[in-house]
Amino acid sequence: MQRRLQNINYLDFVLWFIRVSIIVFVAWGTIATLLDNPYSADVWVNFTVLGLAQGSMYALIAIGYTLVYGVLFMINFAHGEFFMSGIMTATVFIAGPLSASGYLNNHPVISLLLILVVSMITSVGVAILTERVAYRPLRKAPRLVPLITALGASTFLQYTFRGLFGSEVKPFPQVEALSGKISFLGTEILQTQMVVIIATVIMLVGLYLFVMRTKTGKAIRAVAEDKDVAALMGIDVDRTIAITFALGASMAGAAGVLYALVFRQVHFYMGFLPGLKAFTAAVLGGIGSIPGAAVGGLFLGIFESVGPPLFLDGLNVPAYHQLKDVITFTLLVLVLIFRPQGIVGERLAEKKA
Amino acid sequence: MSNEKKFTLRNAINQGLLAGLITTLISTVGMVELFSQRQLIAGVMTMAQLFIFLIPALISFQTARKAPKNSILLFSAVTSFFASLPVLVLILLASTFGLRRFLINVSPSLIETLTFGQGPLVGSLILVLATTAVGVAAAFVDQMDEKIRKPILAGLMWTILVGTFSEILQERLRAFFGIGFTNLIIKSKALQPVAALIFLVVVTAISYFWQQRGDSIKKGLASQSATQRRNMTYAQRIAFFVLLLILPLLLGSYLSEVTNNVGIYVLMGLGLNIVVGFAGLLDLGYVAFFAIGAYVMAILTSEGFLGVAQTSFWLALPVSVITAVIAGILLGTPVLRMRGDYLAIVTLGFGEIIRIMANSDLLKPYIGGAQGVLQIPKPSFFGTSLIQPGQLYYVVLAGVLLAWFVSTRLSNSRLGRQWMAMREDEDVAEAMGINLVNTKLLAFAIGAGFSGLSGAIFASKLTSIFPHSFNLLISINVLSLIIVGGMGSLPGVVVGSLILVGLPELLREFAEFRPWMYGALLIVMMLAKPEGFWPSAIQKRELHADEESPPVEEVAAAD
Repeated sequence: MQRRLQNINYLDFVLWFIRVSIIVFVAWGTIATLLDNPYSADVWVNFTVLGLAQGSMYALIAIGYTLVYGVLFMINFAHGEFFMSGIMTATVFIAGPLSASGYLNNHPVISLLLILVVSMITSVGVAILTERVAYRPLRKAPRLVPLITALGASTFLQYTFRGLFGSEVKPFPQVEALSGKISFLGTEILQTQMVVIIATVIMLVGLYLFVMRTKTGKAIRAVAEDKDVAALMGIDVDRTIAITFALGASMAGAAGVLYALVFRQVHFYMGFLPGLKAFTAAVLGGIGSIPGAAVGGLFLGIFESVGPPLFLDGLNVPAYHQLKDVITFTLLVLVLIFRPQGIVGERLAEKKA
Repeated sequence: MSNEKKFTLRNAINQGLLAGLITTLISTVGMVELFSQRQLIAGVMTMAQLFIFLIPALISFQTARKAPKNSILLFSAVTSFFASLPVLVLILLASTFGLRRFLINVSPSLIETLTFGQGPLVGSLILVLATTAVGVAAAFVDQMDEKIRKPILAGLMWTILVGTFSEILQERLRAFFGIGFTNLIIKSKALQPVAALIFLVVVTAISYFWQQRGDSIKKGLASQSATQRRNMTYAQRIAFFVLLLILPLLLGSYLSEVTNNVGIYVLMGLGLNIVVGFAGLLDLGYVAFFAIGAYVMAILTSEGFLGVAQTSFWLALPVSVITAVIAGILLGTPVLRMRGDYLAIVTLGFGEIIRIMANSDLLKPYIGGAQGVLQIPKPSFFGTSLIQPGQLYYVVLAGVLLAWFVSTRLSNSRLGRQWMAMREDEDVAEAMGINLVNTKLLAFAIGAGFSGLSGAIFASKLTSIFPHSFNLLISINVLSLIIVGGMGSLPGVVVGSLILVGLPELLREFAEFRPWMYGALLIVMMLAKPEGFWPSAIQKRELHADEESPPVEEVAAAD
């Protein structure tokens, strides 16, 4: 007993040391930056809006992690690839030809809707296939096993799409109707960012209503609560799980279109980082909760866009934008270590651990 | 599970279409075309054609087993016929719409390969007929008596293997037997048809007689006395050791280089095997310790402007290992309370953080940023610089033997058993009095140490290192080879490295498709053979206890 206590003290000591040093580091960086005052207020607002737009995409992707974790208690590593597959396919088959023929800029609304539909359908198709082939047969296996297949599915899908469409970065055509800026509450905002934020809000509200109000949504919640009891109530569990994957993937497919609109390029590896970040967002908001994923996504987006200049600029870190992802991953690691239940969420992670 | 149900013609069609879709997929991602230049048997068969027919043949082999006894041929014919249809659709689409605009690998030369250079119409017909014929042939083979079937399959497998690696065999044969003799067997990188036929017959015959005589030999071995048997194992061990020592002489420079790469992965695999296989802690940031070992070695020994000490390899080696061990403890401490998937994600995060930091301008003055560290000297041994792969081989071998020794000793030690108890159930292990903190930290530390050792050798082998060599794919690669070999099994690590690192290096066309294959392998292994190709004794025993159970429960038992 004596020895065990000592060990716990050692661990607690380390954890407290990490806590304190992170707080000191962040506070020091922030104060130094604010004293230095390198950016005007407008720049900070721009950082925030950019972060909101970025965070919207994270929120949409995070929905997929949260939904799947809710029903299966499994981290679907391949979710970032669902995101990538949709927009890659839509870019190559729809956006490219439409832009080449000039249709895209003559009829932007129809074109964008077409791209959106194709992207979502492809993502859903890939998700359902992946679930059927790689996850469903292993549902009763130990938790490590589906995680490993998910990892395999992720790599496999990345390199399948690399083989299909090539390894180079593909340009996504610029939509001229969205290229301008609009003024909103006294600040200039890029139109694409506005579209991204509005589209995300519509999608998230729609999804929330679907899960909360429809019969299928009820089935999903029932399966998330208890698969066996749900099956006894006459719910087709396999089908419901497939629908859950499809729902998450459709959101990812939509997020892919928004991503392409903002960054105007697609790539076979583009799913990895947003996927991992969206997972961070899902954990931040409390994995398993839909509003949590939305809040977590937005928070992460702003954090990622405002954080590096705020924390690192004052410390005279050269080329701090390179460390944007380090900040995100550090946040991920810290949240998982210190608050695996998320900022607002309940403690789901331990339930089935 | 589908075994119990009645296997209908519809199932056969589904199976066939599945096989066809897989073949179409490997065609559209570019794998078939890539191999269309590699002759398996000169003038008779290319590797691309092997790929086209392999999956229909395998699936129709499967169908023949499940089909009702009186209509096996019909079933396999249907299966393989339907297997050719998706490929046919691909050919038609490609030759009418020009899919190349969208799918980069659906090129005219792919279509030429798929239609055997006979034009879309005739070629398609040949494809359908040939696929069906191959399927029926596979069913025939399946129906043969086991005593004949096994030798034939062995003969086919070995012939295909020899054909696949003919380029390397040619080089080796020339070194030993001269050009004249080699040209009879392998000429311009392709196995000659006559030689292939003779080889097929000889291997089949040998394996047939081996099967006949094998039982009596085994009986003879079993009837030996204990001393005799012990002497036998000693003799085997000594022979194996001598073989290991003279291997570079037999292999030549290129194959030694491949062996070195395999050895580096074996080292990493042995380390990760302790963390994942023994202790059950899924670490996806394992490459971080590899990177740390490599960078410490690089900075300590480099003769370029980033080098700080220009020490010798042998002095820097323990420093690299110790640094990696310390890093393992430091990164392991905060995650002590995490389990399963969250642990995996956190370690993945650590790995990425370290890679991005190595790439950033922040650390550029110390470790070179994206430009990496250059001019790392190769190790030297009593004044001789080990420049040749055949010389470096001994450094790698020493590392592997050391790691192997530590692993075997640990696996049966008190610590090893603690790890395995922890792997099975952490709470129960703790209740049994196992100190989880120390046990976990030791696993992380030892695993990291092996990885650091591997990284250090890697750095001085390559003489320059760059951050992009330390990406997530390496971690996935090492994880895959452990899983393919069998989690927790030491020989499994070697088998896994040979399959996953050795084979693709021998077939250089594979380079582009390595990650693709790893991904597919991870899924297929988990679905079909979760215990790996060379499972550890414990896992074997556990699986043996309930052989009749479906795969899913085998997983449960194996883990």
